[in-house]
Amino acid sequence: MIAAHLPVLQIVVPLVAAPFCLLLRRGTWAWILSSIVCLAALVIAATLLSQVLESGPISYELGGWAPPWGIEYRVDVLNAFLLLIVSATGAIVLPYARRSVAHEIPESQHGGFYTALLLCFTGLLGVAITGDAFNLFVFLEISSLSSYVLIAMGRDRRALTAAFQYLVMGTIGATFIVIGIGLLYMATGTLNMADLGARLPAVGANRTVLAAFAFLTVGATLKLALFPLHFWLPNAYAYAPSVVTAFLAATATKVSIYILLRFFFTIFGPTFAAEDITLQRLVVPLAVIAVLVCSTVAIFQSNVKRMLAYSSIAQIGYMMIGIGFDTVTGLTAGIVHLFNHAATKGGLFLALGCVVLRIGSCQLDDLAGLGRRMPLTMFSFVLGGLSLIGVPLTAGFVSKWYLVQAAIEQDNWLVAVAILVGSLLAIIYVWRVVEVAYLRPAPEGTPAGGIEAPWSMLVPTWILIGASIYFGIETSLNVGVASAAARFLLGVAG
Amino acid sequence: MSGDNAILLAILIPLVGAVLIALTGRQPNLREAMTLGTAGLLFIVVLTLVPEVSGGGRPQATLIEMLPGLPLAFEVEPLGMLFGLVASGLWIVNSVYSIGYMRANNEQNQTRFYVCFAIAISSTMGIAFAGNMMTLFVFYEVLTLSTYPLVTHKGNEDAQRGGRTYLGILLSTSIGLQLLAILWTWQVAGTLDFTAGGILSGKASGPVVGILLLLYMYGIGKAALMPLHRWLPAAMVAPTPVSALLHAVAVVKAGVFTVMKVAVYIFGLDLLRDTGHGQWLAYIAAATILIASLVAMTKNNLKARLAYSTISQLGYVVLGAALANDWSVIGGSMQIAMHAMGKITLFFCAGAIYTATHKTEISEMTGLGRVMPFTFGAFLIGALSVIGLPPLGGSWSKWYLMLGAAEASQVVMIAVLMVSSLLNVAYLIPIVARGFFLPAPQSTPQPVSVGAAAAPRPRIQEAPLFCVAPLCMTALGCVLLFFFATPLYRLLEPIVAP
Repeated sequence: MIAAHLPVLQIVVPLVAAPFCLLLRRGTWAWILSSIVCLAALVIAATLLSQVLESGPISYELGGWAPPWGIEYRVDVLNAFLLLIVSATGAIVLPYARRSVAHEIPESQHGGFYTALLLCFTGLLGVAITGDAFNLFVFLEISSLSSYVLIAMGRDRRALTAAFQYLVMGTIGATFIVIGIGLLYMATGTLNMADLGARLPAVGANRTVLAAFAFLTVGATLKLALFPLHFWLPNAYAYAPSVVTAFLAATATKVSIYILLRFFFTIFGPTFAAEDITLQRLVVPLAVIAVLVCSTVAIFQSNVKRMLAYSSIAQIGYMMIGIGFDTVTGLTAGIVHLFNHAATKGGLFLALGCVVLRIGSCQLDDLAGLGRRMPLTMFSFVLGGLSLIGVPLTAGFVSKWYLVQAAIEQDNWLVAVAILVGSLLAIIYVWRVVEVAYLRPAPEGTPAGGIEAPWSMLVPTWILIGASIYFGIETSLNVGVASAAARFLLGVAG
Repeated sequence: MSGDNAILLAILIPLVGAVLIALTGRQPNLREAMTLGTAGLLFIVVLTLVPEVSGGGRPQATLIEMLPGLPLAFEVEPLGMLFGLVASGLWIVNSVYSIGYMRANNEQNQTRFYVCFAIAISSTMGIAFAGNMMTLFVFYEVLTLSTYPLVTHKGNEDAQRGGRTYLGILLSTSIGLQLLAILWTWQVAGTLDFTAGGILSGKASGPVVGILLLLYMYGIGKAALMPLHRWLPAAMVAPTPVSALLHAVAVVKAGVFTVMKVAVYIFGLDLLRDTGHGQWLAYIAAATILIASLVAMTKNNLKARLAYSTISQLGYVVLGAALANDWSVIGGSMQIAMHAMGKITLFFCAGAIYTATHKTEISEMTGLGRVMPFTFGAFLIGALSVIGLPPLGGSWSKWYLMLGAAEASQVVMIAVLMVSSLLNVAYLIPIVARGFFLPAPQSTPQPVSVGAAAAPRPRIQEAPLFCVAPLCMTALGCVLLFFFATPLYRLLEPIVAP
């Protein structure tokens, strides 16, 4: 009975719980409630993924209205995977949140914080699960608006301008998306994405459709921070509360990439993107520049959080390279990196959150001697850094293996080399931190003795970092699902 | 014990050892017992593999399928057997030496030192027994990373700078070049398994072979082919036991071992010979041999001189691979064992001198031979072995390399080998001569006496027993390797005559 309603429960449970957090007022209760909700969401997402892998896509008619008239929730391999990423991040980050939030956000705002977090969570899940283009826009706005609030809660006053910057850029992106959806509705008379995909070939590539494609692409790339539309991201990540940075880094940009994948492959179809627009010529160069430029910029950051933010833009570049190739290997690489990077970067930001809790700063120079004072935290940072570089036995290696292979398959040697150069740049920015933390002595007058972060924060950090190691060794889940999703998107059998 | 289990045990034992060492960190004696016990056990396990491998067997084991079609798999063949034996055997001796050295010099963070050492040995075993290029690459990178804390052990500015060069060159060559070569091979050949005769023969031809070979040879930065050799002198900031076992045996030999593996099992000797691409590689190797020897002569710091000597000696192995015939490959492979035994002796001596007198510069070692006769005696033996004079092990590898060069009708290479031996004499022997024959500098100028014989004999002042015993053992090993080289030859023979 309940099993049949899982798709809608995935959304309704966190959505209903969100206002209760505000009513509970007391931070602890709100935290307990949202932790339970995120855990429940994870269970639902895992069940959905196993159902999809077993018996194919699930369609759920909201309110009993049959698609394409009613809103349809449609779960296939790709978005079931996304649901899992989002809900797992939520479930891992929330236990961590209590101590970190207590430290960084005033007590009176705790209820509001958890409300916004749950709403953001709902919005991201909603974007992933819905099969309706306009509904997707609505959920995107829910997640965006709540994330502006979350970012603005950062301790630093610059968080306000960062949130405002993101608000402006995010709104432009969302507006573009809604314009694109409107144009598509004009051309086809439907909003259901599967239905759109079926009807568009008959309409052909007329000017309306091309304009819609352009608006959707630009709108989505704004949200996912593809170079050169990435300017909102470094500030937003750097000044948001630690928990929010980790949560958004692991989920928000990933969901935006999912939106792009849906638009490109489900609505317009793989041949449209490849032949009518020659996507590869547009996306791949931008993505390569993102990798090279932003990795280089990351090297020169003095704030570690900002450094990781630039690294995120570079990593998004890797995903977009894979997607731009428009081949099974390329898409597999893009999707698998989406997962691997969520685990790695989420873990790294959590580790930084531990540092902020203890020393109140994430300036590179303040990290001197931390290797000795916070051994577990800093070691997790090193492991996460190795995964960013793409050292074997880490998840980052698996992504890069597929990505370079996709480039070689197309005889695109320049891109293959660029990807590896990106890794070398990552060595530099990761090792700057390692050297300061391990080889530079703590400043004079620092009290001796360890200041290791509390277990409630270490365990979530290590779960994510552990995942980024585990999925580099036992790859059947991430690579298996990613290649299934890639074949599904491209309509290749097997 | 079956071969499959022994392989996995060989990788697992040092890892378990690392955990035990970490757990017993508070009791130094117990901790050192763990290191020694682990090393002994590992050597026994590796020894159990020998009968099967020399009988023509190829024990295999698969750990896990990392990527579709690319498992972490192991297969012991003669070359890997030899490398595994050398590394695990010398770890025992080196552990004894480490104890003496680290305690006598009151080094900090000894637990971390022993833990990282054990992890490095585990990855060396992984490299030695790897069954495909992917597995080898994985352990190659683990070895780089696990030795970084050892190189930066002192934690000062020098260590930081050395560590940066070390990691920078090794990681960027392996990720930037070697990984690309591996991916390309995978694309071309559809497999990465080490196969007799090579997996690229028949699949690749023309310039592709040349580019791939270039990517591999410079991608394997641990082989220290010039001009990518800078990391090895940089790594000398590490405590001497690290330089001895890792930067004369495990790490650098992992490099040239990989070069051999790639030449024999990825390209195949026929492919290298027929396409003529071995030719330019031979010249690069020859240049490395000669230039590094010349640079070694200019170094006054003993460890720096030994480091450049190592770079030169590694060139021999690459030369053996490049000449690509039966003799040269056997010579090159033997060099892995022979040079290991000789060079570890020399490094042990350098460390013993530092421990006893805190001297690092060769010019300061005047007359020390009379104070430390055992150390300088062992140094002489090690040096003669590295030079390649009988009755020491090093002579055999040079002998077979010469035969290989003759077989390939490369008169130039024969000349290079001979000149190199002379250069070795020129930079190694003066150290011993200075120690034994020059009088020790007097702190206060004394009136000239009638004869030098009138000066009082200096008192013998050796380094601690734990330092001196290992270096005598390895010096003895150099001698034994000369007289008992036949088993080694028999073991290596199947590589070229399958």
